[in-house]
Amino acid sequence: MEKKIQNLIVKESLRLSATYGLLKLRALEGETLPKMLPGQFVQVEVADAKNTFLRRPISVNFVDRENQELWLLIRNAGEGTAHLIALEAGDQLNVILPLGRGFSMPGDKSKRLLLAGGGVGVAPMLYFGSELKKAGYNVHFLLGARKKEDLLELDEFARYGELHISTEDGSMGEKGLITQNTALQRTWDNIYCCGPMPMMKAVAAYAMRNNIECEVSLENKMACGIGACLCCVEDTTRGNTCVCTEGPVFNIKELKWGI
Amino acid sequence: MGDLRVNIKNLSLKNPVLTASGTFGYGEEFADFVDLNRLGGFIVKGTTINHREGNPYPRMVETPSGMLNAVGLQNKGVNYFIQNIYPRIKDLDTEVIVNVSGATVDDYVAVCERLSELDKIHAIELNISCPNVKQGGMAFGTTCAGASQVVRAAREAYDKTLIVKLSPNVTNIAEIARAVEAEGADSVSLVNTFLGMSIDTETRRPHLSTITGGLSGPCIRPIAVRMVWQVAQAVKVPVIGLGGIMNGRDAIEFILAGATAVQVGTANFIDPSVTVKIVDYIEDYLKRHNISSIREIIGGMIR
Repeated sequence: MEKKIQNLIVKESLRLSATYGLLKLRALEGETLPKMLPGQFVQVEVADAKNTFLRRPISVNFVDRENQELWLLIRNAGEGTAHLIALEAGDQLNVILPLGRGFSMPGDKSKRLLLAGGGVGVAPMLYFGSELKKAGYNVHFLLGARKKEDLLELDEFARYGELHISTEDGSMGEKGLITQNTALQRTWDNIYCCGPMPMMKAVAAYAMRNNIECEVSLENKMACGIGACLCCVEDTTRGNTCVCTEGPVFNIKELKWGI
Repeated sequence: MGDLRVNIKNLSLKNPVLTASGTFGYGEEFADFVDLNRLGGFIVKGTTINHREGNPYPRMVETPSGMLNAVGLQNKGVNYFIQNIYPRIKDLDTEVIVNVSGATVDDYVAVCERLSELDKIHAIELNISCPNVKQGGMAFGTTCAGASQVVRAAREAYDKTLIVKLSPNVTNIAEIARAVEAEGADSVSLVNTFLGMSIDTETRRPHLSTITGGLSGPCIRPIAVRMVWQVAQAVKVPVIGLGGIMNGRDAIEFILAGATAVQVGTANFIDPSVTVKIVDYIEDYLKRHNISSIREIIGGMIR
């Protein structure tokens, strides 16, 4: 897929909670968004921040084709992301897109699919779920967060599949971690997962034990995002592999996680 | 239009804008963003005799106005380059320069010999300055004796244009430059990254798996400009300047300090199309200052 550097305009900037923001971006007048696949990401420039230097890799949260919008769900993880969340409608943002390899579409439509996301890791699951539903799949989401306030975009997720929820403090859904959620124990053909590393490893180990096809989306620290700097490598069966170009989505069988 | 052509010994460049090794992949990664044929040339990733996996993750951390990296020369080896990559890039209308690295003098020689067979590669850059490998690399480039030893052997093995990339992690970089010039280097490029380090104060762990790494980006630029200026006065061979060039102005600064050509490195990570913008800027600069050839302003700082 051809990559582009493009200026986008902030159509809406929503503060979802104390730590999360959602940017709805659209192309400038006379331009269009390129085609993006679920699981791909974009490299966002952080203009005018004092102490940041590199772009920030952000997952594609949703693509609204009708309104020509790209949604980015952003967790405040430091000065760069804080700066992005603080952008307002009308501001412009320079992005490189689309980047990386996304989730693979499952085979036949009868597959039982679980899309599991923890924290900001729910981001790619919305677009993936919407595309799966559009393609005729039946989708289940397993979404987790520390507390109710950190559960993001629930109304949106509900449009594309059945919700299963975990919160660590029990303020919504089942109390505990995603890996303790009873929904995980049901029968699944494919699990797709994105979230904190301990969560992904636990879900991957569960999938491995139960012979379930499983893909995870990694967020290794990267500089370029286009396979040039070789900084974001993950140890795989093919050796050190760039997450930005060969990932961010990997089948767990490729990873040397020792699970 | 002003004349942008420069020569590095027998290597003719259509303009002085090159890319730094390890920041531009094999050029192909940038083909969506840059017309590669508009560049003076590009320097491909450090190439060694055998496949190298490089260092474990994490390999990178952002720092004020720059970044530290500890990639450790991950590459698939010279034979893979010759068989799989060279055929794809050899017919570009730009100079492809291969950066050569090794753990021993024999390694360097073996890679030089293999590359000398390639018609379309007219120059190599000898990397005696990588800070991220346990053996070779910077170990050769930080003493005159070590640098001389590698360059002498490479010179015998390679008769096309030989550029030697110098480490800034030395007391007197001009001395090293003179030593490699005496062994027959056709050009020196400087600077490679500065050895640096960063600690996560919350976890009390180093940010890099190797603890130390190479610092690049605009934070090093004033030191790099100073070193290029010192070396340009100390040697007769052309100097190639690099270190934190982010835009056309920065490139001109290196040329005024004495660089015949420049390499753009870390800036490619932030704006993959930056190199052609720098070529455009230099064209415009010559026009604005009514200069007919870029060669007129090499070392052209007015004191």
